[in-house]
Amino acid sequence: MDLSYGVKYDDFRNEVRQFCQNNKFVDPSTGMPGVTERPSKERLSWQVKLIEHGYAARTIPKEYGGYGADPDIINSRIIQEEFIRAGLSPGMANQGISMLVPTLLEVGTEEQKKRYIEPTIKGEMIWCQGYSEPGSGSDLASLRTSAVVDVDDFVINGQKIWTSSAHVADMCFILVRTEPEAPKHRGISYLLVPMNAAGIEVRPLVTITGDATFNEVFLDDVRVPVTNMVGARGQGWQVANVTLKYERGMLGNAGQGASAIKNLEDLLLSEGHDGRRPMDNAVIRDRFVELQARGLANKYHSMRLLSKTINKEPPGVEDLIVKYSATELAHDIFCLGVDAQEELGTLMGDSPYRAEKDWQKSFLGSFTGIIGGGSANIQKNIISERGLGMPREPLVAMTNDGWSLNKKSS
Amino acid sequence: MHFGLSEEQSLLRDTVRRYFSDRLDIERIKEMLGGSCPNDLWQSVTDMGLMGVVVPEEYGGSNLSLLDATIVAEALGEFVVPVPLTGALMAVAAISKHGDDNQKERYLHGIANGSIRVAYGIKRNHAALHSEGNLVTGRSAVIADVDGASHYLLNAGDKLLVVDCSAPGIRVENLKNVDRTRSFAIASFDNTDCDVIAPGYSEVVNHSIAVGRLSIAAETFGAAEKMFEDARGYSLERYQFDRPIGSFQSIKHQLSDMISDLEPCRSLLWYAAYTYDAEPEEFELHSCLAKSLVSDVAKRVAKTSLEIHGGMGYTELLGLHLWFKRIETNRQLLGGPEATRSRAAEIQQFVIEEVS
Repeated sequence: MDLSYGVKYDDFRNEVRQFCQNNKFVDPSTGMPGVTERPSKERLSWQVKLIEHGYAARTIPKEYGGYGADPDIINSRIIQEEFIRAGLSPGMANQGISMLVPTLLEVGTEEQKKRYIEPTIKGEMIWCQGYSEPGSGSDLASLRTSAVVDVDDFVINGQKIWTSSAHVADMCFILVRTEPEAPKHRGISYLLVPMNAAGIEVRPLVTITGDATFNEVFLDDVRVPVTNMVGARGQGWQVANVTLKYERGMLGNAGQGASAIKNLEDLLLSEGHDGRRPMDNAVIRDRFVELQARGLANKYHSMRLLSKTINKEPPGVEDLIVKYSATELAHDIFCLGVDAQEELGTLMGDSPYRAEKDWQKSFLGSFTGIIGGGSANIQKNIISERGLGMPREPLVAMTNDGWSLNKKSS
Repeated sequence: MHFGLSEEQSLLRDTVRRYFSDRLDIERIKEMLGGSCPNDLWQSVTDMGLMGVVVPEEYGGSNLSLLDATIVAEALGEFVVPVPLTGALMAVAAISKHGDDNQKERYLHGIANGSIRVAYGIKRNHAALHSEGNLVTGRSAVIADVDGASHYLLNAGDKLLVVDCSAPGIRVENLKNVDRTRSFAIASFDNTDCDVIAPGYSEVVNHSIAVGRLSIAAETFGAAEKMFEDARGYSLERYQFDRPIGSFQSIKHQLSDMISDLEPCRSLLWYAAYTYDAEPEEFELHSCLAKSLVSDVAKRVAKTSLEIHGGMGYTELLGLHLWFKRIETNRQLLGGPEATRSRAAEIQQFVIEEVS
């Protein structure tokens, strides 16, 4: 065990720490810039400054507006640690930056990279992800939104759902069926669609938290040039998998668990409405320490995975469990935050007597982690099939005699 | 940066596991049930240096880290081996850090070369045993690994005692414990000679317990890993409805739950062992957290694995019950999950005034 990053990183850490002392910016917005709302002017200029210093878009090549450093996961980790330590707003993370940009860098054309990457990393161009459909959730490859070629355009018709940030987005990266005759994974293409194109209608979906962070997107004869396709026709599934790989990493971050545990500890140690500290109750305390153990186990687990990445060891099943494990833990943490406050734990929004943090909203919001980006049940399929080598579930089909095993695989 | 086992540690792990897997099949384990660790097995594990892993070199040990010791403990759990490691680790930790030179001379060589076998009967705040000077009187806590032991490691409140098993004034009552891979007893003492380790240092018992808890947690983890692997293997071999039962999502999801619980525990165990030398003030807390979490996870794994094996899992034929009972018993030794979490809260000074 050697948990130091090594002396050669000390200089870099000092440099970042110096920056954090001399430059202060904390975004006052409670929303998520670039996700639930458009970033403010101040946030945009902070983003530009971070890119100039290499604390955002660090490894994006200079020619596309990035900082152009070689990938080094320890440098990224140091930036993250120092920004958390100083309490500063870090570089923006939204679907465009975290998912589309890496995908374009891997499989986009030169023109697409030149046109889209710079405004996206600067936070000026907001993207939404057009994947899920009402009939295609966990079985995403069964999607039915169609695109047919008419002269130089694709003409798109269909409906997308769970499209977060569609109401603020400029652009959408979307999966459409272009080859209806091909097997389902081979008939999909990946297109880039401007959200102001004629024929797009966005309807907000109010979620369990009372916010409209998701949308339904209806597409009615929407035209985009054929040059807006990423990858080849019928190759959209492979392109999407490049993106999904980045999404799993984005959702399962053990660092988030650590700060939630810290907030919970503060809540339990402070006097509640009745003048008592929840931590003085043995049952609450026992539940807290159990969550603390799980939180630390996940934290050390993420250090183990970081070490594997640095030392170029294959990630294995240890990597596949992270999203499932972290999102279940988050739910349990917020649940104890609510329970510890008893009736006052059911307050949400701007109610009097609400605790400093909105625990109820976080509790309800924890389902986005459990369901989004491949639901917990799908994660368990992935863990067992890819991680443990278990067989896939056989297909079933409805026949006149009821359900039967379908020997044909698609 | 490197988080995990070094090359030498991986080699130690492979060597110990290969040694046990070559020699200890289920029939051999069953022959050993209800008795002490057989002399030939004891001789070979001490020859391999497994009892002296953390003993300083000047006393005949190999002076490795606590992480190396947990690697050995994990393998003992994986093969349900009746080798009394935990008592040895607890005694070595307390004596090499806090004992006087005579005590180091007296015990450390013997533990490393196998001439001393330590049984441990330790419970925080145990009040039924009293020591006055070098004499101990009263009733011990439950003593583990009692058969074949040469010395008892005991506590009277916050005093840590070593008692020679052949000293006069000892009456031993053997217990019938569900885990027959080890032996348990309660002993009574009547003005029996004892050796007090670090008299006046009130933390010595806590320190020793913390090392013991980590050892037991690692052993439990090894046993749980084995039960998980058995469940996975069985579900691929066992056919029902013309399919391996491991192709049913209900079984696959149970396996996913088990591995998702187990792997972070492994990371926690490694880190807890690492704090022993690197961040000593964090060690007892991490040992408590590891013992309680691993105990809870292993309990679920043991239950699920037994269930996946169906009726066969409930019989003695497969031997699965040996791992189940080892996990069950380890859960209680040196404090169950609630007691251990309560200590973790105490260490962090969470309690001001108890309320209900």
